[in-house]
Amino acid sequence: MIPPSYFIVLSLILFVLGIVVFFVKRDLITMFMAVEVMLNAANLTFIALAKASANLSGQVIVFFVITVAAAEAAVGLAIIMLVFRQRNSVLVEEMRSMKG
Amino acid sequence: MTDFFWLIPLLPGASALLLVIFGRWLPKKAVSWLACLSVLASFLISLVSFFGLTRIAPENLPLVKFFFRWIEAGVFRADFSFQFDPLSSIMTLVVTGVGFLIHLYSVGYMGQDRSYTRYFAYLNLFTFAMLILVMSSNIVLLFVGWEGVGLCSYLLIGFWFERPRAASAGKKAFLVNRIGDAAFLLGIFFIVSNIGSGEFREINEAVKAGGVSPALATLVGLLLFAGATGKSAQIPLYVWLPDAMEGPTPVSALIHAATMVTAGVYMVSRMSYVFSLSGAALEIVGIIGGLTAVFAGTIAIAQNDIKRILAYSTISQIGYMFIGCGVGAYAAGMFHLYTHAFFKSLLFLAAGSVMHALSGELDIRRMGGLRRHLPLTYPTFLVGAVAIAGVPFLSGFFSKDAILTRAFASGHYLVWGLGIVGAVLTAFYMFRLVFLTFFGEERLDHEAGAHLHESPPVMTVPLVVLAFFSIVAGYVGLPVVFGEKADLFSRFLEPALRSLPGGHLGIGTEWLLILVAAALALAGIYWAYFFYLKSPQTPHLFVARFPRMYRLLYNKYYVDEAYEKLFVRPVVRGSEFVYDGFDLRVIDGTVNGAASAAGFSGRILSLFQSGLIKDYALIFLLGVVLFVGWLLM
Amino acid sequence: MGVVIFFLLSLLSVGSVLAMIFIKNQAYNALLLVLAFVSLGGLFGLLDAPFVAAVQILIYAGAIMVLFLFVIMMINLKHGLAAEKKKHAFIIGIVLAAFLLLELFLAWKRAFSSIERPTKEALGGPAGLGRLLFTDYLYAFEITSILIIAALVGSIVLGKKKGRE
Repeated sequence: MIPPSYFIVLSLILFVLGIVVFFVKRDLITMFMAVEVMLNAANLTFIALAKASANLSGQVIVFFVITVAAAEAAVGLAIIMLVFRQRNSVLVEEMRSMKG
Repeated sequence: MTDFFWLIPLLPGASALLLVIFGRWLPKKAVSWLACLSVLASFLISLVSFFGLTRIAPENLPLVKFFFRWIEAGVFRADFSFQFDPLSSIMTLVVTGVGFLIHLYSVGYMGQDRSYTRYFAYLNLFTFAMLILVMSSNIVLLFVGWEGVGLCSYLLIGFWFERPRAASAGKKAFLVNRIGDAAFLLGIFFIVSNIGSGEFREINEAVKAGGVSPALATLVGLLLFAGATGKSAQIPLYVWLPDAMEGPTPVSALIHAATMVTAGVYMVSRMSYVFSLSGAALEIVGIIGGLTAVFAGTIAIAQNDIKRILAYSTISQIGYMFIGCGVGAYAAGMFHLYTHAFFKSLLFLAAGSVMHALSGELDIRRMGGLRRHLPLTYPTFLVGAVAIAGVPFLSGFFSKDAILTRAFASGHYLVWGLGIVGAVLTAFYMFRLVFLTFFGEERLDHEAGAHLHESPPVMTVPLVVLAFFSIVAGYVGLPVVFGEKADLFSRFLEPALRSLPGGHLGIGTEWLLILVAAALALAGIYWAYFFYLKSPQTPHLFVARFPRMYRLLYNKYYVDEAYEKLFVRPVVRGSEFVYDGFDLRVIDGTVNGAASAAGFSGRILSLFQSGLIKDYALIFLLGVVLFVGWLLM
Repeated sequence: MGVVIFFLLSLLSVGSVLAMIFIKNQAYNALLLVLAFVSLGGLFGLLDAPFVAAVQILIYAGAIMVLFLFVIMMINLKHGLAAEKKKHAFIIGIVLAAFLLLELFLAWKRAFSSIERPTKEALGGPAGLGRLLFTDYLYAFEITSILIIAALVGSIVLGKKKGRE
C-alpha cells in the first residue's frame, strides 16, 4: 500500500505548481484554471488524510468543495465573459481601473 | 391667611413663561393684562399673607413651604423651598407693590416700542427671580434668584440691543456683578462646608448654639458683602449702575432703584445672625456704606444727565442702608430700603415722564421751566425730591433719621459724620436737579419742546400713588422720641433679625439729632436754591475757581478709566495671547494635524494599490509564506 | 502494482500542470487541465474513494472543463499571446512559490512522521458517504444546493446580452 504521505507530497507539488502557473500567465482564463489546479491539490490532501485517519469526513468535504468549485466556475466564467465584452480583452494587465 | 404665600413668586413666573412661549401670538392688550395682573395678584397675596403674619407668634416663624429636594450630594443638601417671615414679607410687598405700579407705567411708556412683548416677558421674569431671591429658605436658592435678577438686569439694560452703548452697558453690568458673585459663592461654600446646611433656620440655630467661630463669621461676612457690593453697587463694584441707565426708564426704576440693587441689603439682613458674630465685618459694611454715600453724592452734584444723577443718588442711598446694617440696626436699613423704593422709583418714573414729554431729552441743561407745562409730573417729582432730601414729615426723613440716630447711638461717629455729609449732598444735588429742570427760564431744544405734553394717565397714576406713599410710608417707623412702641416697623421685623443693641440716648440728644437732620436737609435745599435760582452765575464762578476739582467730579473720579487700564486691558490682552498662542496653534494645530496625518498615511498606502491583480496576488503569496513560516516556528 | 500506477498517475498530473506553464494556447491548456483532473481522479481511486473519484471526473473534467472550453471558444482568440514584457512578477512569484514549497514540505515532515500505516478498511463507498451527508453534514448539503441555484441564476443573468431584458 502506498502511504498517504506520498500523496500529500504530491499535492504540495501540485499546489505550488498551480501558483507558478498563476503568475506566469497573462490571460484571465488560464489564471482561473490555475486556481482550479490549486483547489484540486487541496482536495487530494483531504482524501489522503481521510484515508490516513479512517475518517470519511474528508471525502465529504471534497464532495462539497467540488460542488462549490463548479458553482464558482460558472459564475466566474460568466464574469470573464462580461469583462471581455466590455474591454475586448482578457489580458489581466489591462484591467487597472481599481488603481489608487 | 398665610397659606398661599408660596404662590407669590410663581404667578409672575407663570406669566413670564407664557409670554416667552406664546407671546408672539398674543395681542398687545393681552400681554399688558397678563403681565400686570400676575404681579397685582402676587401683591394681593403678599398683602393678605402680611396681615396673616401679624397674627402668628414669633416662635412659629418662619413659615416654610418645601417643594422638592434639588441637590443632594453626600452631606450637602439644597432644597427648593420658600420661607415666609417678616423680612421676606416686607420685601415681597415692596417688590410686588412697586413692581405692579411700574408694570402699569410701562404700558404707557413702552406702548410704541416694537418689542413690547419681550419687555414684559423680561419684566415678569425679573419679578419672578427677585421673589425667589427674597423668599428662598436657603442661601443656595437665594443665589439662584440672585443670578436670575442679574440675568434679567443684563437683558433689560441691553433691551435696545441694537444700540452699542446699551449692549455694552448690559455686558458691563453682568461682568462686574460676576466678580461679586464669585466672592458670594465662596461665602456660600464656607457656610455650607462649616455649618453643614444652607438653610437660614439652620444657620441661625448654629449661630445661637455657638457652632460658628467669629473667624468664620468674619470671613463669610466679608465674602458675602463683597457679593453685595456688586449687586448693590457699592464701592468698588458700583461702576455698572450709571451705565445701566441706557435701559428703559421703568427698568431703571424697578431694578436699579427699588428692588434688585437692594438685594444686597436684604441678604445682609437675612444673614444678621452670622454678621452679629463679627464686629469687624460689620465695621467694614458700615464704612463702605458711608464712604459710598458721600462718594456717590459728590459725583452726583456735577452730572447733567437726569438719569445719571438719579443713579448716583441710588448708589448713595444704598450706602445709607448699609450704614444701618453696619451698626447692627438692620431694621433701620430695611426701613430706608422700603421708603427709598417709593421715592426713588417715583423720581425715576417722573424723570421718564419728563423725557417722554421732551421726546427723549436727558440733559438738564437743556430743560427748565417745565413746571408750567407738566402739571402732574412736576408736583410728584417734587414730592419725591423732598422725601429723599429728608425734609421732616415725609418718609425719607424718618428712615434716614433712624439710621443716623442708631449710628450715633452705637458710637460709630465716623460713619455718622459721613451720613451727615451725605445728607447735605443729597438735598443739594436733588434740588439742583429740580430747579434746573422745572424752574427758571426755558432752555429747551427746539425739537424737544415741540411736543411738550403731559403724560397719559396710565403713566401719571402710578406717579400719584407713589407720591402718596412717599409721604405717608414713613409713619410706621416713628422715632423713639414718640414713644417706645412707636416704631412699628422695627418691632415687626425683630423676630427675623439679630440686631445689635443700640446704645441708649437721652431724649434731649434724640431731639437734637432730629433737628440737626432737618436743618441739614433744609440747608442743602437752600444751597441749591442759591446756586441755581437766586444767583445762577455762582456755579460758573465756582467751576472757574476750582476747575480741577470740578473736572474730577464731572469725570466720576476717573474710576472707570482706572478700571479699564488696571483690569480690563490686561485681561483682554491675556485672552488674545491665549487665543493666538494656544487655541489657534496648539489646539487647532493638533486637530488639523491629526486630520492631515490621516490624509498623508492614506496617500502613502494608496501607492500600493496598483490595480493589477498580479501585484495583489504577489502580496497575498508573500503573506501566506510569512504566515506559514510563522506557524512553523 | 499499486505503486506503479501511483507513479504513473502522479507523473501524468505533474507533467500536465508543468506543461501548462509553457504552452501558450489556451485550448491546449484546457485540455492539459482535463488530463490533470483525470489523473487526479485516478489517484482518488487509489485512495479508496471511488465515489469521489467518479464525481471528480464527471463534474470537474466533464462539466467544468467543458464550460471552460465553451468560454474559450466564444472568446475566440486566434493565437496565443506574446510573452510578458515585464518579468518581475514572474520571478518574484517563482521565488516565493519555491519558498512555500519548502515550508509546506517542512510542515509535512513534522506532521506526518508518525502516520505511515493506513487502515485496511474499505472506505469511500456511496453508502457511507450518503449516511454522513444526510446526518452530520445535512446543513451544509442543503446550503450548498441553494448555492448552486444562486450560481445558476447569477451566471444566467450575468451572461445575458444587453437589451434583452
